[in-house]
This record gives sequence, C-alpha cells and structure tokens, in this order.
Amino acid sequence: MNDWLDFLRELPAQRSLWACAVIGFSNGYVSALVVLRRASLQIGTISCALLPGIALAILLFGLMPLSILPGAVLAGLLVGLGSLFVSRTGRVEHDTALSVLHTTAFAVGYIILVRLGLQQKVDDWLFGNILSMGDSDLVLAYAIGAAAVLSLTALRRPLLLALFDPRAAAVMGIPVALLNYGVMALIILVLVSSLQAVGAFLTLGLLVAPAATMYLLTDRTELIFWGGGLIGGLGSVLAFGLSFPLGWHLGATIALVLGLCFALAYVFSPRYGLLRRR
Amino acid sequence: MVSDSHICWGGGHPHPHRHELCVCGLCAAYGGQPALEELSFTARCGQTLALMGPNGAGKSTLLNVLAGLHRPTSGTVLWNGTPLHRQQHEIAYLPQSRDIDPRFPITVREVVAMGRWTALGTWGAVRAHDRAIIDKALATLDLEELAERQIGALSGGQQQRVFLARALAQEAHILLLDEPFTGLDVPGTAALARILRELAAEGRLIIASHHDLASAPEIFDEALLLRRRLIAAGRTAEVLSPARLQQAFPHRFPS
Repeated sequence: MNDWLDFLRELPAQRSLWACAVIGFSNGYVSALVVLRRASLQIGTISCALLPGIALAILLFGLMPLSILPGAVLAGLLVGLGSLFVSRTGRVEHDTALSVLHTTAFAVGYIILVRLGLQQKVDDWLFGNILSMGDSDLVLAYAIGAAAVLSLTALRRPLLLALFDPRAAAVMGIPVALLNYGVMALIILVLVSSLQAVGAFLTLGLLVAPAATMYLLTDRTELIFWGGGLIGGLGSVLAFGLSFPLGWHLGATIALVLGLCFALAYVFSPRYGLLRRR
Repeated sequence: MVSDSHICWGGGHPHPHRHELCVCGLCAAYGGQPALEELSFTARCGQTLALMGPNGAGKSTLLNVLAGLHRPTSGTVLWNGTPLHRQQHEIAYLPQSRDIDPRFPITVREVVAMGRWTALGTWGAVRAHDRAIIDKALATLDLEELAERQIGALSGGQQQRVFLARALAQEAHILLLDEPFTGLDVPGTAALARILRELAAEGRLIIASHHDLASAPEIFDEALLLRRRLIAAGRTAEVLSPARLQQAFPHRFPS
C-alpha cells in the first residue's frame, strides 16, 4: 500500500492516472455512438489497421513521439473511409471490404515493424503502455477527447435523427452522408488518442464496453452517452489502481474492468438483466 | 390556434396552383436504367393518392424523387407553383417499420419531437409552442398513453401512427409513405386508412406506395397506375379497371 502511495506521488504516475481518466471518459462517451450505430465490429477491424500507419510513420520519420499519431490517423482514415468507398462503388458488402483492407494493412504493418527490428515495441502498440506517453501525446489525446465530446454534444439532435431514421433525416435536409463520414473520422481520431494508453487491440473494449453497459441499464440516449463516459473514466481509474499493486498490465486491466462492468449489467440490470427476465 | 396555421383548406381557392403538387415531364433513372419516363400528374391537398404498379414500375423511385432523395434526370416537381425541393419542410417521409432499428433506445414522444427539427434546427430551443405542437400530434393520433414507451415495443400499426404524429409535428403538408399497409392485419388496415383520410381532409396530401390491388379502392381516393410510364390516373376504382390492370400487369392478367 505504501509502495503504491509512493508511486502515486511521482509525477509520471499522476500524469498516467489523469490520462486514464480523460481518455477513459472520452472513449466511453464516444462508445455510445459505436453502440447506437451497431458499428462495434467495424471499429474493431479499424483499430487493428492502425498498426501499419504507425509502422509506415516510423519508416518515414523515425521513432519520434508525434510521428506515430499522424501515421495511425492516416491509416485508420484510409481503411475506414476506404472500405466505405469500396463497398459503395464495388459489389462487396462493407464488412467484407473492411475485413480484406484491415488484414492486408495489418500484415503490411507487422512486416515493416519486424523488419525495422521493433518487435519489442509492437507489444506497446498492440496492448498499450501509458507510461510511454510524452507530453505532446497527452496534449493531443486531451484535445481529441475534448473535441469529440463537444462536437457530439453540440450535434446530438441531427446525429440521433440520422442514426435512428436516416431516410427521414435526409428528407428533412440533414446531410446524412456527411455526418456519417464525420462520425467515422471522429471515432478513428478517438481510437488513435487511446492507442498508446491501451493499444490497438484493447481500444475496442474502451470504445464499446462502456456504452454497451449503459445500453443494458437505461433506455435514455443521454444517459448512454454521459454514463458511458463515466464508466469509461472511472473504470480506467479503477484499473489503474489495481494494475500496479497486482502487477497486471494496465491496458489489459482496463479492458478487464470494463468487461466486468458489462458482465454485471448483463446479469443484474434491473431493466434488461438476465435475472430480471426470469 | 397553434396548429391552424398549417392547415390548408383544399379547393375553391382563388390562386390556381395553391395546395397543388404538379409533376411535369418527370424522368428518372437508377444505375443508368430508366425508371420513370415522362411522368406528368397533379395532386391536391385533401387527397389520398396511391402509387401502384408491378415491382420495378417506379413507385419507390417516384417516392424518392418527391422526397428529394433521388435527383430526376429531367422534368419538374412544383408545389404551390415553386420547386418542391426548395420546400423540404413541406415534406414528411414515413419509413417502413422494418427500416427502423427496433432496439434503438428512443421513446414515442422523442420520435414525434424529431418532427420539430425542420423548425428548430440543430440548436433551437424547444419552447412551449413546440411542446404544444408535439402534444397535439400525440393526441391526434391517440398516442398519449404510449408517449413514454419505447418505439421498439410497439406494434407495426402503432409505429405507423407514431411516424404520422411526427409528420404532424413537422407541420408538413405532403406526407410520403412507403408501403404503409404492409404487415397490418384487417382492423389495423381499416384504422390506418381512416386516419389517413382524416389527415387528408384536414388539408394534407397523402401519397403512399401500395401493392395490394384489392384493398386500394377502399383506402385511397385516387391512384396512379405506373409501369415506368403513367398508365392511368384518377379515381382509384376507375384506374384499376381490368383493361388498365392488364396493361400494367401483363403477366398477372393475361389477355
């Protein structure tokens, strides 16, 4: 316990704790969108596609703190929007296009990273290492999180209308296609912001589980957004508290805590829980 | 007082194009294939109009063009003498129940409130005036007791009523419905037909795609029979005469 308090007195630990709270909140908030759109699998494949972007960025610019993020953003946008484009213009379904694009991208990324001799670092990007986040990384993560929460709150009305009834929304003059691309771009930015904290594989948990938990607890969309943010933020902080004394990997602990929250809601939710239905 | 402003009183008005939808020389294509050719007709407030014809006849294309979701290759669509696409607020589109995600967490009242979008936009505050309109729309369609229920928990007929209430909250004059009677039982069909007539009688134009020939005359005053081109327009029973049906459905009604 004393070790832990000593650890908390150190600046890097405080920074990490703060990062956990902010990234957890913004991811949890945005997860409402992922759940309402039923886009979880899609986001999962995109998050894995971030790897080649990182690899390419390192190949081009070397291993610098800020070089990784633009590469990841670019790869995410290319695969995310590219798959939309391929499915609209070709014959294949969107998830088919996405699966092909993301596995190909992942393969390219892995080959490059191993050839560069960075196999050790691969772990950090796949599973996260919050202590490796520099000041610039943190500032970027905070900026993305704030922008996501603000824009989703400000555009709530047209967003919900377009999500619920896209055709009627289009008839009413809402630019549904533009909103869809915007939402996709926003989700990818948020994915990237949590990349260093929890890694490419585990970001999916942070971007789905909080709102999925709220979805089991309430019928109110407002509560799914803000409650998702709270679960994401508090869950990440709790995971931070657990991971050091237990010696568990932080990214994995966050995903585990959020998964447990979901399991609890699944069983005990007063409205939609397993026990309730009996 | 609140809702009187959006009621138009049908015929006999001095202005020749008032409350009139005028489609002239409309052509539309889907994926390079012509879907509608040289379609012309007029319709007025107070009418219930069925779009009928075989699959691929252009019913949904016409609905989409009127809704502003599909751009025609040529022709004009005028409402009160000015292009309809510049008056999007006048159009309410009602989806089919199966196009709606039944697990989307939203209440009946919230769906109806969405109709206020055209008046409020993204940030406009919901005022007492808007709430009065929403309440009146809920009351008109007998939805007060269902107002706090989840949309997914309702039957298909009830969902249609919710979307009609949303159209009322939007204060639109043209209601476009995509196969509203699909999946309804006999009492449900009768109830919805009565509601559509009442809404039309208050000064709205109801346009719906409809595939069931047998029920059409009881539900709709007027019909357009389509097979890419207009085969007939007018009173439903007259439009669906054996000779014209044979022309529209050569495989179902061989000569």
